[in-house]
Amino acid sequence: MAAAGRGRPVLEVSDLATHFLTREGVVKAVDGVSFAVHAGEVLGLVGESGSGKSVTGFSILGLIDPPGRIVAGSIRLKGEELVGRGEAAMRALRGRRFAMIFQDPMMTLNPVLRIDTQMIEAVTAHEAVSVKAARARAVEVLGLVGIPAPEERLNAYPHQFSGGMRQRVAIAIALLHRPALIIADEPTTALDVTIQSQILAEMQGLVRDHGTALIWITHDLAVVAGLADRVAVMYAGRIVEQGAVDSVLDSPIHPYTQGLIGSVPGTARHGARLRQIPGAAPSLLRLPPGCAFEPRCARAIPVCRAAPSLSRTPDGRAFRCHNPVPQGAALPEMPA
Amino acid sequence: MIAFIIRRVGQALAVILVMTVLVFFGTHVIGDPVWMMVPGDATQEQVEQVRREFGFDQPAHRQFLAFLRDIAQGDFGRSYVHGGPAFALILERMPATLELAFAALLMAVVLGIPLGLYAGLNPEAAPARAIMAGSILGFSLPTFWVGLMLIMLFSVMLGWLPATGRGPTVSVFGIETSMLSLEGWRHLLLPALNLALLKVSLVIRLTRSGAREAALQDYVKFARAKGLSRRRIVGVHILKNILIPIVTVLGLEFGSLVAFSVVTETIFAWPGMGKLLLEAIQRLDRPLIVAYVMVVVMLFVTINLIVDILYSALDPRVRLTGDTA
Ligand SMILES: Nc1ncnc2c1ncn2[C@@H]1O[C@H](COP(=O)(O)OP(=O)(O)O)[C@@H](O)[C@H]1O
Ligand code: SF4
Ligand SMILES: [Mg+2]
Repeated sequence: MAAAGRGRPVLEVSDLATHFLTREGVVKAVDGVSFAVHAGEVLGLVGESGSGKSVTGFSILGLIDPPGRIVAGSIRLKGEELVGRGEAAMRALRGRRFAMIFQDPMMTLNPVLRIDTQMIEAVTAHEAVSVKAARARAVEVLGLVGIPAPEERLNAYPHQFSGGMRQRVAIAIALLHRPALIIADEPTTALDVTIQSQILAEMQGLVRDHGTALIWITHDLAVVAGLADRVAVMYAGRIVEQGAVDSVLDSPIHPYTQGLIGSVPGTARHGARLRQIPGAAPSLLRLPPGCAFEPRCARAIPVCRAAPSLSRTPDGRAFRCHNPVPQGAALPEMPA
Repeated sequence: MIAFIIRRVGQALAVILVMTVLVFFGTHVIGDPVWMMVPGDATQEQVEQVRREFGFDQPAHRQFLAFLRDIAQGDFGRSYVHGGPAFALILERMPATLELAFAALLMAVVLGIPLGLYAGLNPEAAPARAIMAGSILGFSLPTFWVGLMLIMLFSVMLGWLPATGRGPTVSVFGIETSMLSLEGWRHLLLPALNLALLKVSLVIRLTRSGAREAALQDYVKFARAKGLSRRRIVGVHILKNILIPIVTVLGLEFGSLVAFSVVTETIFAWPGMGKLLLEAIQRLDRPLIVAYVMVVVMLFVTINLIVDILYSALDPRVRLTGDTA
């Protein structure tokens, strides 16, 4: 999309729609999402809780269970279409061509299996190598993510690690097959600030060295500012604005992005929860027919009751808004 | 670990003492065992003589102290009815009961875990609903009625399996078992199934709810994100987690299998200690009842100990210590 001249993107998502057909009705968790990520690039996917970030990630991995379903759109990994592939074909890609890291390191590792079991099985699921070779690979990637004495730590159980160390183990597992794409779903949200910044720095180094494409899901704009090359802001299942991280954060176009930035008290409080924009996120079961942000938007005008289409700026930014924030305007004053 | 075991044995001794007191004075209240021991036309002198012989003329607390003194000397009393040492009588019948309970436990695991896993992982499927409906039946039908129906169907109408008794036994390390011959299993099948019914239902429900819960955990999603096969995820990641509660509950239920076997043994004329107990109660054979209680309490304690050890083997987060028991 934005990054012309860098060759084919590792991942291209276009018009992706993932809906959950529940008893109460159709939950349009993801509804017409498009973005691309290139090798060595970090895309920050930002939005309030419930905006559809995780569902986007799981859709890419083919891990949407009934009643959920990808109802439209295309997901291409290095040009290969993934939507419509069978489970066996998707399984062969998961963990090998792309990997995912989850939010809560206390929950992602199986509590009753040793670390070596959980790493070796991840290797042998995709490659017919000996246990010894798989173990050697595990030691190597554990070293890569900064786990001291990996040889011995392999025999430990998850509960013998701290939260930060567990998340490092999960990252190491994601790195086992040198995947082209890693999706990290709020992986540092549950960790304390020091550990969080250590892991951010390490991840940044790793994707740069290996040329991995990284999608970093978070609700924390401060994290995105320090880590991502580009940012996509999600609201109620749609991407409302995306572009290069500096330009989006310096001069947001969409009122929702502006609200998000205004609610970050400053980078000093790294990892703090976003201060709420007035009002609550809409129910995905009963979305307003027009712009989903309209009920909460200070810039709303009558035409906003019709859905805004995608607009682009000359510098490669995209947004959906009828009454965008005037460029060059100062950010609104924070109420004391 | 050692402290843990010592503590458990201490608890067991306390329980045995309390149970003995209860049984001893309980039977004392129910009736006078003399009338079970003398012929119907016995004279008053004969009755008094038997009474003195067994010490029944003494006040209850005296009898109890004498009883404790005997136990301290390793004498657990003789059965009033059978004449032999009570403890030995119970022990002699124990292998048959344990064999029955063990076979029932085996059935509960072999039938219950696969059915429960299926029902838990495919909650909407028609077979899963049938399994759950069946498990409700298993819970609600009375054991003795099911036992009679099993006999009607498989012994009387179809004639496939014998209705009563235990098959030929073989001695392995000094323990008589009928599990090593086909004929032995033919005798064992119906009573074991009867006894297992409740536990099969229990294991199905435990496994199902465990599997449903585990399937939603992040570690399962992460395992899928690693590209593991469904077989590996269910057979290792999910199963190993749900085995923890299953082993715990089954271990504790083993004791109730032994207790419930009283009914099953009576229906199928299975020569175990449950059948012996029932006769002992009918005849107020106090030493035999007390010996039964002791054996069962020791059995419970041993099982609990094994369960705790298994539990700590299955769940790496659990460590056995003397003070958290
Ligand atoms: N299994 C499901 N069934 C019904 N709705 C779901 C399911 N999973 C997610 N959703 C809906 O999708 C929306 C987006 O969820 P999610 O992607 O997890 O948000 P987040 O941006 O916080 O990661 C949620 O509001 C939720 O209601
Ligand atoms: S389209 Fe209208 S309501 Fe929606 S964000 Fe833009 S100005 Fe606000
Ligand atoms: Mg999420």
